[in-house]
Amino acid sequence: MKIIVCVKQVPDTSGKVAVNPDGTLNRASMQTITNPDDMNAVEAALKMKDATGCKVIVVTMGPPPAAGMLRELMAMGADEGVLVSAREFGGSDTYATSQILAAAIDTIGVEKDDIVMCGRQAIDGDTAQVGPQIAEKLGLPQVTYAADIQKDGSTVTVKRMLEDGYMTIKAQTPCLLTCIKELNNPRYMSIGGIYATYNKPLETFDYEKLKDHRLIDATTIGLKGSPTNIFKSFTPPQKGAGMMLEGADKATCEQLAGILAKKHII
Amino acid sequence: MSNFNSADIAAFKDVWVFCEQREGKLMPTDFELISKGRDLANELGVKVCGLLLGGKGIENAAKELGGYGADKVYVCEDEKLAVYNTDAYAKVICDVIEDLKPEAFLIGATNIGRDLAPRCAARLHTGLCADCTHLDIDVANYIQFLRESSTLDVDGQKWDMEDRNLKMTRPAFGGHLMATIICPRFRPCMATVRPGVMKKNAFDQAKADACVIEKPAFTLSDADIHTEVTEVVKAAKKLVDLIGADFIVSVGRGISKDVEGGIKLAEELAAELGGVVGGSRATIDSGWLSADHQVGQTGKTVHPKVYIALGISGAIQHKAGMQDSECIIAVNKNDTAPIFEIADYGICGDLFKVTPMLTEAIRAAKAAK
Amino acid sequence: MDFNLSREHQLIRKMMAEFTENEVKPIAAETDLNSEYPRENIEKLFDLGVMGMCVPKEYGGTGADPLASAICIEELSRQCASTGDIVATHNGLCCDPILTHGTEEQKKKYLPMLTTGHKVGAFALTEPNAGSDASKGQTEAKLEGDHYVMNGSKIFITNGYVADVFVVFAMTDKTKGTKGISAFIVESSFPGFSVGKHEVKMGLHGSPTAEIVFTDCIVPKENMLGREGKGFSIAMQTLDGGRIGIAAQALGIAEGALAEAKEYTKGRVQFGKPISKFQNTQFTFADMELGCEAGRLLTYQAAVLKGQGVRYTKEAAMAKLFCSEHAMKTTTKALQMFGGYGYTKDYPMERMMRDAKITEIYEGTSEVQRIVISANMGL
Repeated sequence: MKIIVCVKQVPDTSGKVAVNPDGTLNRASMQTITNPDDMNAVEAALKMKDATGCKVIVVTMGPPPAAGMLRELMAMGADEGVLVSAREFGGSDTYATSQILAAAIDTIGVEKDDIVMCGRQAIDGDTAQVGPQIAEKLGLPQVTYAADIQKDGSTVTVKRMLEDGYMTIKAQTPCLLTCIKELNNPRYMSIGGIYATYNKPLETFDYEKLKDHRLIDATTIGLKGSPTNIFKSFTPPQKGAGMMLEGADKATCEQLAGILAKKHII
Repeated sequence: MSNFNSADIAAFKDVWVFCEQREGKLMPTDFELISKGRDLANELGVKVCGLLLGGKGIENAAKELGGYGADKVYVCEDEKLAVYNTDAYAKVICDVIEDLKPEAFLIGATNIGRDLAPRCAARLHTGLCADCTHLDIDVANYIQFLRESSTLDVDGQKWDMEDRNLKMTRPAFGGHLMATIICPRFRPCMATVRPGVMKKNAFDQAKADACVIEKPAFTLSDADIHTEVTEVVKAAKKLVDLIGADFIVSVGRGISKDVEGGIKLAEELAAELGGVVGGSRATIDSGWLSADHQVGQTGKTVHPKVYIALGISGAIQHKAGMQDSECIIAVNKNDTAPIFEIADYGICGDLFKVTPMLTEAIRAAKAAK
Repeated sequence: MDFNLSREHQLIRKMMAEFTENEVKPIAAETDLNSEYPRENIEKLFDLGVMGMCVPKEYGGTGADPLASAICIEELSRQCASTGDIVATHNGLCCDPILTHGTEEQKKKYLPMLTTGHKVGAFALTEPNAGSDASKGQTEAKLEGDHYVMNGSKIFITNGYVADVFVVFAMTDKTKGTKGISAFIVESSFPGFSVGKHEVKMGLHGSPTAEIVFTDCIVPKENMLGREGKGFSIAMQTLDGGRIGIAAQALGIAEGALAEAKEYTKGRVQFGKPISKFQNTQFTFADMELGCEAGRLLTYQAAVLKGQGVRYTKEAAMAKLFCSEHAMKTTTKALQMFGGYGYTKDYPMERMMRDAKITEIYEGTSEVQRIVISANMGL
């Protein structure tokens, strides 16, 4: 049995983010990290590996530095890494990306016993689309927003979160799951894992390797082929300056209440 | 390979809205999207139609959609559609769309919508834009939107004023960046839309009565379905409806020295205003409030009439969830807290002292009216 | 000469920095205030392979080099010198001598205990009348048949009341002076072993320091570590390596204090500008930064030499002397930059300063380090 985990290296948008004078994002101001939801997916896979001895393969589509992230995930315990990287893939939207990742995963091979895991969404794109689109392309049943995963033979039982509760969903392997932060607390790299990681296999799939795959349509990948394009991008302006009230006592509160009343807000 | 049906743009017409139902009840987002769909359809000169899937009898819920502007509602009834299931819904929806070819398809970005939309977009070989907060067809309207919400030099750019692509604007990079996305080469152009963002029209009974119900043919068998929903569980306690609230009093890390006391003060203020209590991500991560209270980029987006932030610093992820509130009031010990940059009214002080005084002052002001 | 860390060392630093930020920092103040042994974090450090990391794989460790251990101690000490101390003692003063001087049977028995077994180790040399003058220890071990009977007491023993395995130094022949001292592996479960006073210290409150008492303590004959009479030499060799860990700890304390001071002074506005903009403050920062950079190079050099298996006594003493004195200077000056706030427990500065002081004293006082350095200069 093996688990294939899709991961993405992203800028840390939860930290300090600088905006250039021309209104574009200063990407260099952001640290790169492994997407948080993907860490939950890796941890879920590693937990299953602890329990069953299965193999865990981490896959990412990205520029060459993303291999460093794969090495870190292998230092956490993943067995193999696959970097999908080519100029032709750059600028892909989710439709194109999921095509390419599906082709890569199919090349690795998905067998009866296997599971494909993804994070729910990446903190740069914030779309949550790639997981389900990979599932569609590979013809796998999908369960998203997984907050708990149990496996019994070929049946996977998932607690699938809704806004106001959850659904319990059963699926047969092979299937695809997307993971959320409530699922687990990702482990750290271990010292032993760090010393082992550079000896573990890490393969790069380039354009030559994937271009003839049946799932790849050269006219719908990359920046030019993606069905969706960016028309405009901009940073939201700061709201106009508000009013700091004087003091923080009874009179201040009465002043505020008066303003709200006058504006018919209360 | 890209002789996809989806590339034959001219064949696609009308704006469709997926109308999600849970336990036979329509979701509030359905009315928001029908309303927005009405505007878009008007600009395009086409119809706006709801697409409603459910168990036997769901047809009875359909007319209500007409009251918010739907010309027609396509209804697919089957016991296999009573409870949401990815495979069942994706099959029926994609089959019907391939048949009837809408040019735009809007879906509410609920947990279910975000599960369903990408599956359908991949099957239909079309583009999908997630979590939209703004939609435009008309270029002049879009330019005006940019003038109000960005620092782009709109006049210094070339515009194709005849462009009829749906311009879908949404936050990326955790809210630090806004991107307007288009899907020029494929149809339907699909978008999931953040619940609570689009304004719902006023309900019009005459329009509801005039709404046409149509039941397109579809096939669905057990062989099409590969997952099984064994139970649907509602959270035990009564959940907070932040999205519909007019008044929200939110707490943040500032209550840490007395969590219970701080929450109580917020509840009292919220009760006085007839509103609800919300929380920043920190309060949920610390276990002080349950996840349904979370306001922010990964919580709920709210735009109440009044948003009061108590002891919240105002980091960008929180701002992303509440910055469009009509009136923002902030109370924080630290006068350099970023929340004051977006607050309409700010009080620099100890929330434990200020909040009860504010509750009392509001009570008095209301009584005096 | 390549001053870059290897890929593995870089990943180790990254992992330890994350661990320290997420697990150690949040409880550092509490650990100090309540004198709590950070048990859960030590367990996690065992799980991650940090405790006993230099022990070879076949005995349960990860076969890491001394530099890797120094990096781990440094990172931990940026936020909690107590946690750094526990790891430094376990790795450098207990695992290391057993690995270096132990028989195959001793290694097979004790090293797995100290790694996968999650048992904490300690080193017991100091006595009330034998501090810097370690040769004056009075604890005795008399051979009686198949075991030694040990009597005496040791003080200021790090990990004293949590450790299960102790490397203990005792007189086996009173007539031979330093050549009459032997080393033993003593388990806390041996009859006659007891823990005495828990020491109440100025700082390092999370590091469990205690008196160890031997009252007719039965130590099996096969638990003598190294040959009889070699104890003093084993102790001195062990302290050479231990000093690298303390240098790393002191370095971490200084780096932690410097980072706090930078952040505070950038935000603190007085006389119309952030105080980080005043030249006096900037000159002080320059000196702190210089000392950290120099201390890091000295510490890593000593660690690399040890890993290469060459003599490193002088380099280790230099690293420890320099880093400990720099830690004391840096924490004092950093606290000063915080003004009155630095004197309160709302900020970590006063704890860092209290923690720094001991690094100038234990594992050889600064005076002893100067003896070691000058003794290696051919004077």
